[in-house]
Amino acid sequence: MLTIKHLNFNYPKSRFVLKSINLDFTAGNIYGLFGKNGEGKSTLLKIMTGLLFPKNGNCLLEGNEMRKREVQSLHHIFLVPEDFELPAISIRSFEKVQSCFYPQFSKEQFYELIKEFQLSPTDVISKLSFGQKKKVLIAFGIATNTKLLLMDEPTNGLDIPSKSQFRKVMASIADENKCIVISTHQVRDLHSLINHVMILDNAQVAFDQPLDKVSDGLWFGKPSTNDSSEPIYSESSFGGKAILPRLDKNETEVDLELLFNGVLGAPDKINAILNQTQNDERV
Amino acid sequence: MEFDNSKPIYLQIVDFFYENILVKRWADEERIPSVREVAMMVEVNPNTAIRAFNHLQDLGVIHNKRGIGYFVASDGYTKVLNIKRKEFMEQILPDVFKKLNLLDISFDELKNAYNQQKNEEK
Repeated sequence: MLTIKHLNFNYPKSRFVLKSINLDFTAGNIYGLFGKNGEGKSTLLKIMTGLLFPKNGNCLLEGNEMRKREVQSLHHIFLVPEDFELPAISIRSFEKVQSCFYPQFSKEQFYELIKEFQLSPTDVISKLSFGQKKKVLIAFGIATNTKLLLMDEPTNGLDIPSKSQFRKVMASIADENKCIVISTHQVRDLHSLINHVMILDNAQVAFDQPLDKVSDGLWFGKPSTNDSSEPIYSESSFGGKAILPRLDKNETEVDLELLFNGVLGAPDKINAILNQTQNDERV
Repeated sequence: MEFDNSKPIYLQIVDFFYENILVKRWADEERIPSVREVAMMVEVNPNTAIRAFNHLQDLGVIHNKRGIGYFVASDGYTKVLNIKRKEFMEQILPDVFKKLNLLDISFDELKNAYNQQKNEEK
């Protein structure tokens, strides 16, 4: 659906934020985009929506350059940014003004979500709290029914019950025609939704794998003393969690925090093992 | 749903199904929630829910009626009972034995505790 090829980007008079990025986003997946602060996650999302232009390389939505900001491309993409400014109008007016840009927009769905988030169409957006404003934007983004939905830290600012509500809503809208990309640090909030992990580090793609491949090749947990293989990565916190090659051990749930730290610590080792299991399957 | 970190989420969904069938919340041949409903219920990616459904279908615990939805198999309860019994005997019981040994609890003590609990239930 969206392809990024040999992409470089830097802000004026500063070092490269993104260097030779190659990524491919396909429908039917929920991508988790991770990286330390300032690693270019938000920049990448802005390039994907045509808000920023790459220095070199391409960002193509179904073959069309995003930098050209063609109407047919913009119809199919929506970004819920991390910080935003919304006009001082009611939710209803906001919907009336903005929804016409999205041919697949569903009014019914939007007001249903607004109700679910305990907001009222007559609420004036500027008088709402940050979390409530975010909910307006999330509801709007979902109701646009764009093929590509990008979210930058969507759970920031949401209260505890809303996070669970958010997960339910996302589980209900994910389908094989839709591609969702979520950039976040709140791994625990979104772990159960994501099925593909991308990690940016040192301005490059350090990791790009579907989760089922990860749980196929790697084992997460507390290693026992009779484990024959050396841990690929380990943490000495209480209980001592580690990543091991899975071999013939039982499948474990991917520990995203551990994986993230592992990829930053030993990217080559982890990628080598996952690519190796890939090759084995082909044989 | 609260997930345990060590077990794959799809297997935890499978356990959720097993429990519903064992306590007869879902009876044999009864229709069960759809993939999407389950994904929403437990707040997971629909792909993960599909994996749980496929796993249960492979075991013959549930089956799919085209265009209508998923149903518990006619012998679903018996199948789940056998699966969970096997799991208990092969995985849980050895751990209990190990612990009994470690804490030096005799079989008689265990038997007394068991009988006592049985009486309380009555």
